[in-house]
Amino acid sequence: MNKPLRRIAIFCGLLVLALLARTNWLQYVEAEELNTHSKNRRVLIERYAGERGNIIVDGKPITGSVETNDTDFKYKRTYVDGPMWAPVTGYASQAFDANQIEKLQDGILTGNSDQLFFDRTMAMFTGDKKVGGNVVTTLNGAAQKAAFERLGSKKGAVAAIDPQTGKILALASTPSYDPSTFAGYSGKDEKAWLALERDKDKPKLNRALREVYPPGSTFKVLTAAAALEHGAVDDINAPTDTPEPYILPNTRTPMINHANGCKNASLNQALKVSCNSVFANLGDKVGRDKMVETAQKFGFNNPEIDTPVRAAASVYDKTMDRPGNALSSIGQFNTATTPLQMAMVTAAIANDGKLMKPYMIDQLEAPNLDVITKNEPQEMSRPLSQKNAQLLQEMMENVVKEGTGTNAKIEGVEVGGKTGTAQHGENNSKNPYAWFISYAKSPDGGSPVAVAVVVEDSEAKRDDISGGGLAAPIAKAVMKAVLDSKK
Amino acid sequence: MSVVTNTTTIGAIEAPSRRNTELALLAFAVVIPVFAYLNVGLALNGEVPAGLLGYGLGLGLLAGVAHLVVRKFAMYADPLLLPLATLLNGLGLVMIWRLDQSPRLIQRAKTLFGGFSPDAPKQLLYSAIGIALFVGVLILIKDHRILQRYTYISMAVSLVLLIMPVFFPAVNGAKIWISLGPFTIQPGEFAKIIIAIFFSGYLMVKRDALALASRRFMGLYLPRGRDLGPILVVWVMSILILVFETDLGTSLLFFGLFVIMLYVATERTSWIVFGLLMSAVGAVGVATFEPHVQQRVEFWLNPFAEKTWEQSEQIGQALMSFGSGGTLGTGLGQGDSDLIGFAANSDFILSTFGEELGLAGMMAFLMIYGLIVERGVRTALAARDPFGKLLAIGLSGALAIQVFVVAGGVMGLIPLTGMTMPFVAYGGSSVIANWALVGILIRISDTARRPAPAPAPSPDAEMTQVVRP
Repeated sequence: MNKPLRRIAIFCGLLVLALLARTNWLQYVEAEELNTHSKNRRVLIERYAGERGNIIVDGKPITGSVETNDTDFKYKRTYVDGPMWAPVTGYASQAFDANQIEKLQDGILTGNSDQLFFDRTMAMFTGDKKVGGNVVTTLNGAAQKAAFERLGSKKGAVAAIDPQTGKILALASTPSYDPSTFAGYSGKDEKAWLALERDKDKPKLNRALREVYPPGSTFKVLTAAAALEHGAVDDINAPTDTPEPYILPNTRTPMINHANGCKNASLNQALKVSCNSVFANLGDKVGRDKMVETAQKFGFNNPEIDTPVRAAASVYDKTMDRPGNALSSIGQFNTATTPLQMAMVTAAIANDGKLMKPYMIDQLEAPNLDVITKNEPQEMSRPLSQKNAQLLQEMMENVVKEGTGTNAKIEGVEVGGKTGTAQHGENNSKNPYAWFISYAKSPDGGSPVAVAVVVEDSEAKRDDISGGGLAAPIAKAVMKAVLDSKK
Repeated sequence: MSVVTNTTTIGAIEAPSRRNTELALLAFAVVIPVFAYLNVGLALNGEVPAGLLGYGLGLGLLAGVAHLVVRKFAMYADPLLLPLATLLNGLGLVMIWRLDQSPRLIQRAKTLFGGFSPDAPKQLLYSAIGIALFVGVLILIKDHRILQRYTYISMAVSLVLLIMPVFFPAVNGAKIWISLGPFTIQPGEFAKIIIAIFFSGYLMVKRDALALASRRFMGLYLPRGRDLGPILVVWVMSILILVFETDLGTSLLFFGLFVIMLYVATERTSWIVFGLLMSAVGAVGVATFEPHVQQRVEFWLNPFAEKTWEQSEQIGQALMSFGSGGTLGTGLGQGDSDLIGFAANSDFILSTFGEELGLAGMMAFLMIYGLIVERGVRTALAARDPFGKLLAIGLSGALAIQVFVVAGGVMGLIPLTGMTMPFVAYGGSSVIANWALVGILIRISDTARRPAPAPAPSPDAEMTQVVRP
């Protein structure tokens, strides 16, 4: 009987071998996939198992954690001034996952990141509880407050950048939401979440980064930059060859100006009063491909502008026809941009032609406040020469001094800006957007802040005054807050 | 002058009893779970658990008693079986105690049943009863061949045990329980031992008829029609268990057990072929009309399917538990395997081992089972009588199949069946029956390794040596 016994022994061995192979498959090959499976609650449990690290502005946390008596989630996220900071922090909810910095830096905030390996190992030996690290942002609390409060009940967004470094100083979006209202997973949280989901005003939308608007006349500074860069204009004060009325190429449609004195107006004058005809004509002269080239150097058509929260791609159409290009040159047709993109355009001009990559995470800190990663300013591109940038600065400063942007004047500070009103909807039937972009200069000639403001408002008139009237005061308040905080 | 002749007699060299080896291994088998217990306490509460001394002494005492009984009544027994079983039982107790402290499971019990009572003390009691039964087996059964006398009684008893659950209400979809007052018993666990005794006794008698009376056809020995009777009866029984008790595991176990023993008894590969064919026919046949079985297969193939997640969550959770353990595991007491909820400390206890001890721990764990089976097979090889051989291979084969069916089910290798992991899962019937099983294996191994009795001295031995010139 021993021969079959030996065979049965082999059979039993094979059974055990199959189990061993299976456990290797599950716990080694598929471990990562199972561990991060969407149905695996451990990901969430882990996220709230310890005190979550904080997101920091001006040395003060804008987030917090409270201990709960729940069996699954020990801690719950809290927010300081949640609605104001929501476009920066995003949310971390026990029931509805997380987004923006809360999601992107989850590893640091929970303390699970490999970058915190040393701290975790130490904690293992000392028996301390695992604590999350902190995310220190570049934002400026005063500027953010100014932006959020000035937007108030209006629908709109503000993006402010430090032109010399690319640090994002303010990122506001209204109407906003309070992420702490749905941080847990109770019925109340679900109700708050569903109410936000159903809200027609889309409070969860991060308008500063994720919404694209037609830029309107603010786009004219980009057209001016392209005209200077590609030699369509040499002298900003020399008259341009612009008929009145200017007929769009290949059409019979006249371009309507909302300002007077646009016939053969100089570039300087045209920007000051915002002549549509001059810029449409210049855009046509520069040509679509060269316009695209300059726009892309400023960051248009780039789907990967990561701050690290990814901004929506701003669009300057690469395939449109001549009249389309002429219309796009004044920020209409299908040109669309995020507020951040317009802040980048302004920042590049204010920084003498050098565009810095926008970012909002300054550094990542370990729980013991050691710096793990420090983000350094990076040059993104050079959309225009220093000389042309300074010419544009001169013109934009004229806009604020005596043009459409006088509402942004700050006593004793050189400010350059541009207004804009963008139309949308069929036959421009919907309420227009009021735009304002601007920068402030410090006495040494450098610029500490560039800002873009967009307001969707039924009160906006269909001309450039509304940009100056509605959006410029907000931009002014933001710039002033930044300047004051530098003192 | 007398011739002095020095005659040296070559006697049987006394085979080492290996009892001291067993004692040393047993010390490890007690110390390892004690450390595991300490580890869980430190991880969960940050302090040395209050019950550490009691637990250590209790386990040590049980192991000590078992060892002394083996030393006295089964001196030549296999030295590995007792330590391995003790180790598994000890680790199982630690895991059940660990899951007793899971806030999630306590909460669940309170919501569903209005109260929570820890399982570890009960399991400790069951383990004590199990070891008592083990001791009883060794003391009462002086020679395993005694069991041969009870061949047909065993048949009757196992039939009763297998059929009884039909008359009791189903618990969680499977009729594998009988309840006697406050106790519920899983008769299948006991039936697997008793039926192995019956098969051994029956096959020992019939093996010649089954092996020799056959025709050769295409390289296979085909049995005569009437010799197919027994296998058909067992097959029908298995199918009936599957249909009426919706218990895939027990059904597979009995049929597998019979085929293995039949093959060993007759040495005819044809029986294996028949067995496989019949189980294939049975499985496909039942699966076509039994929704319970279809569902199990469906969950096995798509454990994460959105549509059936409510029902298949358990298996999905078990898989994620294994995955989350990774290579080295989260460490005892630090996993979230309690997310499985229902049956976390019985049918699914393996996933807690997987998550908290990782791949490394699982490999070691499965190897322990592999070793027990290997020692059982070795006992079968060493046994000198066919009944002992058959019984030893039957019991170790049953253990191997059970481990495969349970672990394979929990790990998603095969469809899930409701069976318990021997020695570690919570459940009185399982731990008691398995201790009895190990007791019988130890008894057979003792008989097998015992030195053959010296041949009786021949009365004329002296005479034949004297050669006179």
